[in-house]
Amino acid sequence: MTLLSVEGLKVYFPLGHGQTVRAVDGVTFSVARGETLGLVGESGCGKSTTSRALLRLVAATGGRVRFDGQDILQLSETDLRGLRRRMQMVFQDPYASLSPRLNIGQIVAEPLEIHGIGTGRSERDAKVSELLKAVGMSPSVSRRYPHEFSGGQRQRIGIARALALNPELVVLDEPVSALDISVRAQVVNLLADLQQERGIAYLFVGHDLSLIRHAAHRVAVMYLGRIVEIAPSHALYTDPRHPYTRSLLASIPVLDPARRRERAPLEGDPPSPIDMPSGCRFRSRCLYAQPICTEQDPALVPVGGGSIPGHQSACHFANALPVWQASANHSVV
Amino acid sequence: MPIPEPLLRIENLTIAFPPARRGGDEVRVVDGVTLSIGSGETVGVVGESGSGKSMTALSVLRLLPEPGRITGGTLHLGDTDLLALTEKQMRGVRGGRVAMIFQDPMTSLNPVFTVGDQIAESVRLHRGLGRKESWDEAVQALRRVHIALPERRASQYPHELSGGMRQRVMIALALASQPQVLLADEPTTALDVTVQAQILALLDELKRETGMGILLITHDLGVVAETCDRVLVMYSGQVMESADARTLFAMPSHPYTQGLLASLPEMAPEGATRLSFIAGQPPTSGAITDGCPFRTRCPKYLPGICERPLPTTRLSDSHLVRCHLYGEAAL
Repeated sequence: MTLLSVEGLKVYFPLGHGQTVRAVDGVTFSVARGETLGLVGESGCGKSTTSRALLRLVAATGGRVRFDGQDILQLSETDLRGLRRRMQMVFQDPYASLSPRLNIGQIVAEPLEIHGIGTGRSERDAKVSELLKAVGMSPSVSRRYPHEFSGGQRQRIGIARALALNPELVVLDEPVSALDISVRAQVVNLLADLQQERGIAYLFVGHDLSLIRHAAHRVAVMYLGRIVEIAPSHALYTDPRHPYTRSLLASIPVLDPARRRERAPLEGDPPSPIDMPSGCRFRSRCLYAQPICTEQDPALVPVGGGSIPGHQSACHFANALPVWQASANHSVV
Repeated sequence: MPIPEPLLRIENLTIAFPPARRGGDEVRVVDGVTLSIGSGETVGVVGESGSGKSMTALSVLRLLPEPGRITGGTLHLGDTDLLALTEKQMRGVRGGRVAMIFQDPMTSLNPVFTVGDQIAESVRLHRGLGRKESWDEAVQALRRVHIALPERRASQYPHELSGGMRQRVMIALALASQPQVLLADEPTTALDVTVQAQILALLDELKRETGMGILLITHDLGVVAETCDRVLVMYSGQVMESADARTLFAMPSHPYTQGLLASLPEMAPEGATRLSFIAGQPPTSGAITDGCPFRTRCPKYLPGICERPLPTTRLSDSHLVRCHLYGEAAL
């Protein structure tokens, strides 16, 4: 059942002198209840701006964002506040996202206060204890301050805060990128457990493709403000149908020195989002570009005539690309 | 195969900070690290924050943050005893025979000079060339790191370049003095995967051309697998395991190395909802205690044994492990 549906979302930032950065330029996707949608791409592709526009943390220029049927972009501030309870966010940097002057109990209870939930102090304390336990921390930490905790523990606290209002959707913006590798897996597991227990949907924004493969049911790949490919995880990683997705996957280091390969890295930098090329935005770096790619902007359409449910690509040659050699990183079980 | 004379030899290096309070203990952040780098070789040092990997690299340049001190061990660059040099002699080594690149190129690029001027300055200082020749060398250096239109880019300022291009400029700057050893501290951590692949390929190509040795500091095991000949795994200031790269990935032997590798999403079976993980939190830096620093998180902890000083066991010619499971106490 669809929880969030985004249609033609646009976020433009005016630069003055008649110039505009088209950070998000017509993005369409949906997230079902209890599902994890991964949103990947390189810096500047618009993935973070997309996630912020959904929560109206940045203003959208156009398009529609429906949460459980209501168009978020049309709501008044008051109505928006009610809806915000149901959608929360976990930020990348656990050092910047927790106030150093509040203790852990106050941080986790703050959303409850703002939304007037739990009247008495004891009621809120009980709720804070329950939340801390849910993220694997002892309720006894609630009198301590953020600086006393490591990055992994802080991220757990950030997750407890996001859960305080029982949200149905949580936007995870690079939730483990700033953590040491030995604790990343702990936090990823915690997120998976919470999803199972509470049926939360996640929009998992990230750049680590191996992690997203593990964590997401479906994955959308963004390039220069657009989704260029979206598919169930397994299909995206074993049968990618956009040349950009293929370049991304080919760039992941292989975890086996015995299978080091000569590779042709993707050349150059993405074009400027101020001065978009005509036609396909990826054509200037694409191995397969043809004249049609300059003339026509490819739409995001089902690949293989819809034979793979939910697999869409925005490439004129999505059905004509050579067979993809599956990444050597993954053992096929 | 004859073993080439190492370019850089670090033996039994110990780095400490003075006690925070009078009468307290000094804080050892690196404890007994030994490594060497040969010509054309990339040696990786893997570890998490606080493992001492960056301190190890900075000690080669004698650029430890105050009040950190090298309190034991030796550092040799070829025949030169780095710890015996005067500060003035050391300045000739920094950015000369030994160069360093960082995660954030803006920490080593000066925002108010063009990139050409900055590279030319290094060429003038370290190779004694004239103004015109230095500029030509700078343009040449930019061309070597595959920057398009190097003549034009040389006249630009760092802020006019993309992140990947700045990283290339920093590499060009580091290599302008023709160093024997390049210290690379997380050189691709801030970059996107496609740019990371470009930069790693570039470093490999330049290493083969010049025969320099690279000390690569990273937390990313994928980068290690992709680029390193040999690897040291550090935890809490100590080397836990060292091996040639193939052996380390094929036969990780220390429980910490095993745990790290197993926790990577690439290692999880397709469709698994949970990842394997290491319990607990990494220690704060300087929390070195007697015995194994990993014992509080180790799934194979041996009570009463892991508190003793760590033994070093040679599993094969190139493979050392420091763990009581392989020591006499456990047998």
